[in-house]
Amino acid sequence: MDFNFTEEQTMIRDSLARLIREQYDFETRTNVVNSESGWRPEMWAQFAELGLFMAPFSEDDGGLGGGPLDAMVVMEEFGKGLVVEPFVPSVVCGGGFLKHAGSAAQKEEHLQAIMGGASTFAFAYAEPRGRYNLADLETTAKKDGAGYVLNGHKAVVIGAPWADKLIVTARTGGDRRDTGGISVFIVDKGADGVTTRDYPTVDGRRASEVYLENVSVGADALIGGEGEGLPLIEQVVDEAIAATCAEAVGAMGVAHQMTVEYSRQRKQFGTPIGKFQVLQHRMVDMFMEHEQSISMTYMATLKLGESEVDRKKAASAAKVRIGQSGRFVGQESIQIHGGMGMTEELAVGHYFKRLTMIDSEFGNVDHHMRRYTQLSATDLKAAAE
Amino acid sequence: MNLEFSPEEVAFREEVRTFIEENYPEELKGIGSREDLSRDQFLAWHKVLGKKGWSAPAWPEKYGGTGWTSTQRYIWSEENARVDAMMPLPFGVAMVAPVIYTFGNDEQKARYLPKILSGEEWWCQGYSEPGAGSDLASIKTTAVRDGDHYVINGQKTWTTLAQHADWGFFLCRTDPDAPKRQEGISFILVDMTTPGIEVRPIITIDGGHEVNEVWLTDVRVPVENRVGEENQGWTYAKFLLAHERSGIAGVARSKRGIERLRNIASTEVLDGEPLINDDSFARKISQLEIDLTALEFTELRTLARESEGKGPGPESSILKVKGTEIQQRLTELTLEAVGNYGAPDYRGFPEDGSNEFPIGPDYAHHSAPTYFNFRKTSIYGGSNEIQRNIITKMILGL
Repeated sequence: MDFNFTEEQTMIRDSLARLIREQYDFETRTNVVNSESGWRPEMWAQFAELGLFMAPFSEDDGGLGGGPLDAMVVMEEFGKGLVVEPFVPSVVCGGGFLKHAGSAAQKEEHLQAIMGGASTFAFAYAEPRGRYNLADLETTAKKDGAGYVLNGHKAVVIGAPWADKLIVTARTGGDRRDTGGISVFIVDKGADGVTTRDYPTVDGRRASEVYLENVSVGADALIGGEGEGLPLIEQVVDEAIAATCAEAVGAMGVAHQMTVEYSRQRKQFGTPIGKFQVLQHRMVDMFMEHEQSISMTYMATLKLGESEVDRKKAASAAKVRIGQSGRFVGQESIQIHGGMGMTEELAVGHYFKRLTMIDSEFGNVDHHMRRYTQLSATDLKAAAE
Repeated sequence: MNLEFSPEEVAFREEVRTFIEENYPEELKGIGSREDLSRDQFLAWHKVLGKKGWSAPAWPEKYGGTGWTSTQRYIWSEENARVDAMMPLPFGVAMVAPVIYTFGNDEQKARYLPKILSGEEWWCQGYSEPGAGSDLASIKTTAVRDGDHYVINGQKTWTTLAQHADWGFFLCRTDPDAPKRQEGISFILVDMTTPGIEVRPIITIDGGHEVNEVWLTDVRVPVENRVGEENQGWTYAKFLLAHERSGIAGVARSKRGIERLRNIASTEVLDGEPLINDDSFARKISQLEIDLTALEFTELRTLARESEGKGPGPESSILKVKGTEIQQRLTELTLEAVGNYGAPDYRGFPEDGSNEFPIGPDYAHHSAPTYFNFRKTSIYGGSNEIQRNIITKMILGL
């Protein structure tokens, strides 16, 4: 058992932390978020140059030989800086699908482009009436000659306004919510029949509603086997969950630090409010939630390669814990900052907003509590038999 | 970073598992770890381990420790939890012994440590007093020099299992005029058979006799029984409390407890279905298990730091608070799970020579007393509020 980071991981962390410190201060971020495009392609290029997008991929795939732990390191730093650029949608999800199931030709064309930053992916999995169920799909892909024709509406596709490619999940067979009959496609965002409605999100990012109307794709757009997409989607989503947990850990740590610091400065009744035990103990509780979130993120990340049930339980357990901790740390940060915490001007409120939205990404506390409970029941039955 | 056990660690697990299976005392099997055992029951496994040389894995090797890595110790506690083993009590092995081998002289080490290892001598802790709980530095028990002896007068309380103890370690005020309260305290080892000591039982809400008052009236103790410097006892007392905190998380035991809870909930019936199929109850178990996973990995991070020779990091201070919260929730859920049969008081039945309590399922008998008893865990060892004060000071720097 070993909880140390490799030299490469430490280097990634240090250089990324420096870059964010120097070029991603809160004021700059605010300007970027309020700009027309909402992101900085030149920042994205710098992240690519740093090797961040290559880090989690094997050398065979043209990466640096790392894995999910490298993505974890990146996302924790992104969380600390409230970075809006789409590492999880493009590298963890887009890259993840290709890494696990891409053909040699698909990897050659798309994975290389993702790792180099030339292409940016978004992951269009959610639907207006599907909530967090990855199999509850109304979007269809009908066989048409060698290729497919896609129709449907994908909801809140994070990073889609900045993407040139979409990963789209669609039904090639079976009924709504069946576990079989789901397929995964790469769709060019500029393809005929793809329209988007772009909008900002409450936590400073950009997303789109994506409408697919008779969108024709070739056979080479299908990732993995036709109708066999769900296990692959679940694997990638669990990886995205681990990375998102790391982001939450970064954000929670900063929100906590800011709160402790504020309690030292802010005086009421003639004394710094940090001297009040009732606030001290709440800040200790925030500290404990943050530390345990670190532990859960390590746990989920390290278990991504284990058996399917263990991996799923680990990801769901982490998402439950981080959802709860993130909410607690976020809310307490605002409360202890008092009126100042309510202002748009202070950074702490933006950490709170990001932490709030992380809960609903890839399934919220209730969803994952349910998934964990169901998996435990399956486990128990298997043990009994 | 990885979670793999080395081949040596896998072999080690096999070795200790076999040893436990072959040597765990027959009469303790299935009893679990409880507070109402006899002295012999408490000591049975300790004595077996003492002979094997495994009763104090955490000690330095030269005093009788096993030299195991932190991972091996983790495996050791997991394997013992599998059989609900009644582990050596902490008062000797985990509390006074580290003070003796760290601050004691050679005579003291030679006199006391071997009998702690073997389980031959039982220790109790004379810390708290009626007026000194969380505010421990306000103790009033005095030890006054009289030639080669200290004469001790005062009252200690919450002294766990003192009714069985051969020896006690006591915090006594040796300099009542010290400028700071912490500065006039000494750490003294007392033979519990010394005239002037009276142990009076305190019955707790679970109906058990686990803790006691210890009254000391003109108790004469040789000066050589003082550990370390006179008036420096507070330093040793704090050192001991820090030792007490690590290992207090009880992760392996709680894991086993959740397993048992799942079994109970699979047997209990609600609307004709196993209780475990009830969504709201199943989710409570899930939440508990998830929180235990967070604690387990926090402990593993702590162990990893320790094995690299780094001191315990900020994460270690969480172990006591979260570990005890989880233990309490576990006992609470177990009581919920047994439903109506949590109510009968098994102690109300006369001993008829059989161990069978005729009312309700076996697993229900101790559920309420255990729940009542476990309210202690967030109070002892420095209450969880005191732990938060420590984190405030040491980590948040407020």
